[in-house]
Amino acid sequence: MVLPSVNASPNGRVKVAILGSGNIGSDLMFKILREPGHMELALLTGIEPQSEGLARARSMSIHTSHEGIQPILDDPDIKIVFDATSAHAHVRHAKLLREAGRIAIDLTPAARGPYVIPPVNLGAHMNEPNVNLITCGGQATIPLVYAVTRVTPVPYAEMVSTIASLSAGPGTRQNIDEFTFTTARGLEVIGGAKQGKAIIILNPADPPILMRNTIYVLLGSEEVDREAIVASVEEMVTAVQMYVPGYRLKNEPVFEVRETPEGRRTLVAMLLEVTGAGDFLPPYAGNLDIMTASARQVGEVFARHIQSQEIKQ
Amino acid sequence: MKAPRLTDTTLRDGSHAMRHQFTSEQVRQVAIALDKAGVPVLEVTHGDGLSGSSIQYGFSLTDEMDLIEEARNAVTKAKIAALLLPGVGTRKELKDAIGRGIQVVRIATQCTEADISQQHFGMAKEMGLEAVGFLMMAHMRPPEFLAEQALLMESYGADCVYVVDSAGALLPDGAAARVRALKEALKIQVGFHAHNNLGLGVGNTLAAVAAGADQIDGTLRGLGAGAGNTATELIVAALDKLGYEHEWDVFGLLDAAEFVVAPFMPFQPIPDRDSIAIGYAGVYSTFLLHAKRLGQQYNVDPLEILVELGRRKAMAGQEDWILDVTLELAKQKNEGKSYGSL
Repeated sequence: MVLPSVNASPNGRVKVAILGSGNIGSDLMFKILREPGHMELALLTGIEPQSEGLARARSMSIHTSHEGIQPILDDPDIKIVFDATSAHAHVRHAKLLREAGRIAIDLTPAARGPYVIPPVNLGAHMNEPNVNLITCGGQATIPLVYAVTRVTPVPYAEMVSTIASLSAGPGTRQNIDEFTFTTARGLEVIGGAKQGKAIIILNPADPPILMRNTIYVLLGSEEVDREAIVASVEEMVTAVQMYVPGYRLKNEPVFEVRETPEGRRTLVAMLLEVTGAGDFLPPYAGNLDIMTASARQVGEVFARHIQSQEIKQ
Repeated sequence: MKAPRLTDTTLRDGSHAMRHQFTSEQVRQVAIALDKAGVPVLEVTHGDGLSGSSIQYGFSLTDEMDLIEEARNAVTKAKIAALLLPGVGTRKELKDAIGRGIQVVRIATQCTEADISQQHFGMAKEMGLEAVGFLMMAHMRPPEFLAEQALLMESYGADCVYVVDSAGALLPDGAAARVRALKEALKIQVGFHAHNNLGLGVGNTLAAVAAGADQIDGTLRGLGAGAGNTATELIVAALDKLGYEHEWDVFGLLDAAEFVVAPFMPFQPIPDRDSIAIGYAGVYSTFLLHAKRLGQQYNVDPLEILVELGRRKAMAGQEDWILDVTLELAKQKNEGKSYGSL
């Protein structure tokens, strides 16, 4: 995306660190290096001295450490910390970072702070010390549910995420229920649906399929302004494309009338495809790409906010 | 020779053909009849497992938890089972179902993704349930591969793992080879679940039993997804004639099929044109009614939709791809392109 580059001189940039040297941490590193905006990646840390991720970062002249969170706490200039470890580890990290006065952007399912979706509610959380990115499926689908609820009330929203088996790591596989709960909750809390439901399917096809999401939204009444809904959805797709270029609807929203337990309702179905930018992870892993792209975007917005606060002072 | 254990899934796989519109009274009558005829396990759940009631798969008329309880109260000896697909249902619904009286849970994953089921097997065993693994779309991978996935489920605590021919795409040799591979690799029991899309429900089940299957599935009148399942009354009659020792009341099951189930069936599933295409193309049997509905709505031949879904290697539960494919085919049709044929 095009960012204002007025304050983006190296000296004026806000120092950030990535905690976690796995696939997600590495992809995020590539994204920040490619488009630093108002950020300067000061450090990437892990806990395995021999980790490939740390070696890769070193080869790109990024400072690294295998001592986890400690070197980040030791450097007071680091203002923003991306946590790409695990929910379990983040519970501890969240407390330490809060005490140290750093902003934590949480890519794990720990959810110690409010859920954020950049084009929906990020602005409301600029004073939070910790924000959470929900799930990959949540980042993909919640914006479109919100795009409908801002036009008309939505009693029920459902998302079906199909991802390539190869892009589902052990964390997702061992905690698949958490994906379902958290995403459904995000559809309600941020998407604005009265009730949310999430389904995830792994597809082992070779070559791997691109991340696919289907969003079903039941509307409160049969009388709906289709044009307003379509326009709102298109606007939202454009807003997400600003930071996830591979985000696109395969068709215009499809309207149907369905029998539901609550009677006849208008259904809006949206078929979404996410191609990853291929920064480090392969393009089919759109599910991982949308997490790191959202994280980078959230970091950028916080960095700009910090700078503007400093200028005021 | 001892007959395999029979699980009747009329009240779960049959839910697909019923478009998930089972009433409590229908469930009660079927449960009573199966229990009386000596069927030891009855599966009762939304067709797509616990929490399957959705836009993606179809909403249930009656809450599945109420149906589970209805069945549990209707039986005297039979155990009640529920199906759970991790990614659709969660441990929360499993816990609710245990509270309503299930004693067996069948945990189903794509045949390549057994490792998403660990937490569910863990809970099932912790809560004292019998836990059965279901490797769906088993035709898509060779026997040795399936055996490795089954070993994962065994390590999570499964008491039995099924080879599940969700697409009704296997031929008898393929069914037998897969059951044999699991029998050789596992210490626990092995099961086989068939669909009749190629007219091989009974044939494949017999081949699986000959290969050593300890558990098999059936539904009364074959009520189920696609061309339906192995008919319970047919397989018991066949196994009886083959001389297997069993405790089933064969004529009781003929009566249950004819006088309890047939009267409320919306249609008799048979290997018709579109169902055969499902078996031939190797797609999930439940796609049948969705493809028929969307095909009619968008004026596209359901057979073309199903074959294209097979080409894209759609897996179990990917009903949303049917809309995607239908819209694409409709668009191509309007643009005057022909789209190949079977």
